[in-house]
Amino acid sequence: MADPRLLPDGIEEILPEDARIIEALRRRILDLFVTWGYERVTPPLIDYLSTLQLGSGQDLDLQTFKLIDQLSGSMLGIRADMTPQVARIDAHQLGYEWPTRLCYAGTIVHARGDALDKSRTPIQIGSELYGYAGTDGDLEIIKLMLEMLAITGLQELHVDLGHVGVYRGLVNEAGLSTRQITDLFDILQRKSKAELVVFITQLDLSDRFKTMFMALPDLNGGREVFAKAREILVKAGVSVQAAIDDLEQVSLQLEQAFPRLAISYDLAELRGYHYHTGIVFAAFVPGYGREIARGGRYDNIGIDFGRERAATGFSADLKVLARLSKNNNNEAKSLPEKIFAPSDKDEALGELIRDLRAEGRVVIQQLTGQSGAAKDYNCTAVIFKENQSWVLRPL
Amino acid sequence: MLTIAISKGRIYEEALPLLAAADIVPIDDPKKCRKLILDTNHSDVKLIIIRATDVPTFVEYGAADMGIAGKDVLIEHGAQSLYEPLDLGISRCRLMTAAHKDAPAFGRRIRVATKYVKTAQHYFSSQGIQAEIIKLYGSMELAPLVGLADCIVDLVDTGNTLKANGLEPKDLIMTISSRLIVNKASMKMKHQQIQTVIAQIASALPATAA
Repeated sequence: MADPRLLPDGIEEILPEDARIIEALRRRILDLFVTWGYERVTPPLIDYLSTLQLGSGQDLDLQTFKLIDQLSGSMLGIRADMTPQVARIDAHQLGYEWPTRLCYAGTIVHARGDALDKSRTPIQIGSELYGYAGTDGDLEIIKLMLEMLAITGLQELHVDLGHVGVYRGLVNEAGLSTRQITDLFDILQRKSKAELVVFITQLDLSDRFKTMFMALPDLNGGREVFAKAREILVKAGVSVQAAIDDLEQVSLQLEQAFPRLAISYDLAELRGYHYHTGIVFAAFVPGYGREIARGGRYDNIGIDFGRERAATGFSADLKVLARLSKNNNNEAKSLPEKIFAPSDKDEALGELIRDLRAEGRVVIQQLTGQSGAAKDYNCTAVIFKENQSWVLRPL
Repeated sequence: MLTIAISKGRIYEEALPLLAAADIVPIDDPKKCRKLILDTNHSDVKLIIIRATDVPTFVEYGAADMGIAGKDVLIEHGAQSLYEPLDLGISRCRLMTAAHKDAPAFGRRIRVATKYVKTAQHYFSSQGIQAEIIKLYGSMELAPLVGLADCIVDLVDTGNTLKANGLEPKDLIMTISSRLIVNKASMKMKHQQIQTVIAQIASALPATAA
């Protein structure tokens, strides 16, 4: 039998101090989303496996805990990502014809943990915008992500933008086989130029395509990337050109809105390539070796729910945000003021405590005969009786 | 600040001229001192000295921005979440199967001793051979001699150790050389600094390796 004091691998319990920080952050972020018109939804923890595997879910097959529904015998999964479920709410349940804004926060479960983050129970928090395919939508979602990160107080934020349409357009034009696309994808994800040379050389392609594919690992960096991409990909098709144009348009507006933000571009960024269809983005901070929030466009997901809907959105792990913000932000660590009250049954005392609590102050009333005093609870003030009336005195 | 993870020994020795091409010269010598973080001629560039198999882990987590690691280690580690922009062409060797020189051809089911568990599994399954893998940490050559395994999967350089133990190399799984690897977040946040180092190292490589 497992030691009952221990938890399974990657499963954690959150103790009061961290729970307070996480909950405070969760409320502030959701309040922010609401002020942007994003409405809160709560998808179910358990769902049909087939639903969970739509869209981003196909990359998460091995990450999804599976169980059998004893009622129907069908396969269920515990959500490893809420996005497909939120997309169903938009496409099927709400069914609005106009752009729909939804937000969510809740625990997801990763069966194997992540290569980097060993936690198997992240708290996913994010927003999705459905039914609008234009770049205004991408821009709104990126801005909202930045506003969310501003709440965490994290400094030296860095945003990376890409567009999966560049790679997708090129492989389609070149007419590569599924196998070749998979191999090329694997090489480009690692930006391994040595392997790319070997791979491209043995392909039966015109020099025009070979030059374009060879350039992909270098199409990243600052704003100069756009000029470079236009020069190298000049002979690429309409969809590739449109992808570059869209990305540049969004980047210009983003730079204008956040002039001091560090922004980089990567036209061969393929994270989430299997379900993303347009602009993709991620946010980074120094000292954390991976993205802290990420998102992008995934226009095809609605088809699976019977209705084609454009879609873009982002999400983050609230636990990671809280952990990083705790290290960077003294405000997050400050404790709420607590008041210690005697166990007296006097009515006037009861009224004072009620009034203080109504103001939102923390009052701990002693239980008759209990151990532990004001200082054990880290109280900063006590209530005591002076001249027949109850008064509050700082400790 | 730029940190580069690198393993002691052959890779370190062969990487020094390449780092020098990027104007990175360590001040301390890992053979003479026991420091794990080496200062260089730049106050904002450090080398960290770790075991070869730990290099991808340090870089993946962002504990080091860049690293130098053998392709064998990268494949065994499963390094999808790293960039590997350059094949440095150093520490070349071959990853091979090896067995007793009189051993019969592999059957459908064999026992293999190796430290490259995933790579060996992948290789034998691609050959349609059911392999039972025994993980060892060193002295693989011993395994076939004492009947622990039918063959081994290991790096072969000169082949002298194999020969001395009555084994011979059989099939080539892949040729190995060391790669420059980069943390994905660092590549984006320290783009200029890292690209400069990559370009300078690339210019020092023979044309065929780049």
